[in-house]
Amino acid sequence: MGGPILDIRGLEKTYKGGTKALAGVDLTINKGEIFALLGPNGAGKTTLIGAICGLVNPTAGSIHAFGQNTAKSWREARRKIGLVPQELSFDMFDKVIRQVRYSRGMFGCPPDEARIEEVLRSLSLWDKRDAAIRELSGGMKRRVMIAKALAHDPELLFLDEPTAGVDVELRRDMWRQIDALRAAGVTIILTTHYIEEAEEMADRVGVINKGRILLVDDKDAIMAKLGRTEAHFTLATPLAEIPAAFAHYPLTLEEGGMRLVYRGGDGTGKGKREVAELAQTLAGAGVAYTGLETRESTLEDIFVDLVEQGAQEQAA
Amino acid sequence: MMNWRGATAILKNELARFFRTAFGSILSPVLTTSLYIVVFGAAIGGQMDPSQFGGASYGAFIVPGLIMLTLLSESTSNASFGIYMPKFTGAIYELLSAPVGVAETIFGFVGAAALKSLIISAIILITARVFVDYEIAHPVLAVGYVVMVAASFALFGFIIGLWADGFEKLQIVPLLILMPLTFLGGTFYSVQMLAEPWRTVAQFNPIFYLINGLRWTFTGSSDVPIGVAFGFTLAFLVLCVAVIAWIFRTGWRLRE
Ligand SMILES: Nc1ncnc2c1ncn2[C@@H]1O[C@H](COP(=O)(O)OP(=O)(O)OP(=O)(O)O)[C@@H](O)[C@H]1O
Ligand SMILES: [Mg+2]
Repeated sequence: MGGPILDIRGLEKTYKGGTKALAGVDLTINKGEIFALLGPNGAGKTTLIGAICGLVNPTAGSIHAFGQNTAKSWREARRKIGLVPQELSFDMFDKVIRQVRYSRGMFGCPPDEARIEEVLRSLSLWDKRDAAIRELSGGMKRRVMIAKALAHDPELLFLDEPTAGVDVELRRDMWRQIDALRAAGVTIILTTHYIEEAEEMADRVGVINKGRILLVDDKDAIMAKLGRTEAHFTLATPLAEIPAAFAHYPLTLEEGGMRLVYRGGDGTGKGKREVAELAQTLAGAGVAYTGLETRESTLEDIFVDLVEQGAQEQAA
Repeated sequence: MMNWRGATAILKNELARFFRTAFGSILSPVLTTSLYIVVFGAAIGGQMDPSQFGGASYGAFIVPGLIMLTLLSESTSNASFGIYMPKFTGAIYELLSAPVGVAETIFGFVGAAALKSLIISAIILITARVFVDYEIAHPVLAVGYVVMVAASFALFGFIIGLWADGFEKLQIVPLLILMPLTFLGGTFYSVQMLAEPWRTVAQFNPIFYLINGLRWTFTGSSDVPIGVAFGFTLAFLVLCVAVIAWIFRTGWRLRE
């Protein structure tokens, strides 16, 4: 993995209505990595990407791409950047292949039919090349957007929620394609609401909320910190205390001893494994239960945790 | 460094969109204008006294005005529609994220819109020959002038397309301003035929100068000095370029 390909300092954006979508973002992206930007609705993900790609005028701060200030050397920077926006947006009446050629030309690349074919084939769109875009399914349309963004062979690719509204199979397909791009040396920044998507794809993960980056870390480290499992065992008879045999598990008793709660895990699957062990061994140890509910921590929990942490740190 | 490939890609894309709907977008203005020429020029015009129109037949007199009407409305609406559509569908994201600036965008969108209206005007001019006899006294100047007018109003339309935030606004200017002013600007009559105060009032209509400029290149005579007409068109062109340059610098209606 190389040095920084993108360096963002103190980036702010206040929209005309007064919404502060970015409140001082500092972020460095390394060459060759896949960076996942996680955040709830309205966190500022699309705004951040827009500011880097030229769709949004930042109110303050600076962006350096490929070592150059994008406000000054915007032409050079944009040639090497590709963008797949969140919304499907193109001339629906146009043909697939024409739209892809158009994108390549607009980014200043000479015509190259072989490359266009390659891009379309890699996205399983070659058979549909002469179809009008409006005749395609939603998933295919999204892939046309990706094909357009890849047509000029960008070194840095932004995917704004590439798998939103896409079925499981297609999502896996897309993950594979993103992986292939990484193998080809493309640096990728993607946004998502799905923690498992970040888990599957990313080298590093950033969490953004209310226009602030709350945390940036290696994926494994984040998953270890945040990938938690919660399991509720509803007991047949109340317990006064947790049996010693289970003391090494992160267990608590709630509801007057009627409920045994497991809260643990580190994002490696340890949480699920331990809950499975507990489910098997509790009965053997004489602790009967009538119900079991498990829940993986969601992104929302993570935000609540992070925001609370942030508030505590500020108070301290 | 201008991104010429980008500029021509936009131009080609816009022209392709035009030819995709060529049947309607060419046929309807050609048909409308031909009807004017047939009804007013050939049928009614035969009854008119040529001395009122600088010696030319009435049919030949109205041809430049009708060409101007086509040029103005087609250039304006093609360009405004051309840039409004990507704003409407969201496809503008690509333009904004691409290495294209004001020069490439103008070349592509405005160039295509002007070219379309020139193609339609040429077809009308050829069709008109079927119905009326006209001469073009200064063909080189006529072509130069027509290109300048097409470019100016395509620029104007581009600004309207950027300004518009709904389909109605796209229609307002061509329908409520350009069309009436063109009809009142002497397409069908010479201001010499008007009584005061209308003769003076007519001089405040900017399109009056455009029509008479073109008419001069056709017949060699018009109601205004040709220098004034050319100067006027050039000034309008420069103004539109300046406005567009300002728009791109500030990102008005383009970037958030
Ligand atoms: N064009 C705009 N004008 C005014 N406010 C905007 C505009 N675009 C976004 N916002 C506001 O800025 C904030 C951040 O929006 P943004 O689209 O960047 O969020 P996001 O993280 O991409 O959300 P989502 O996950 O829903 O796509 C929101 O409060 C949003 O309402
Ligand atoms: Mg978004």
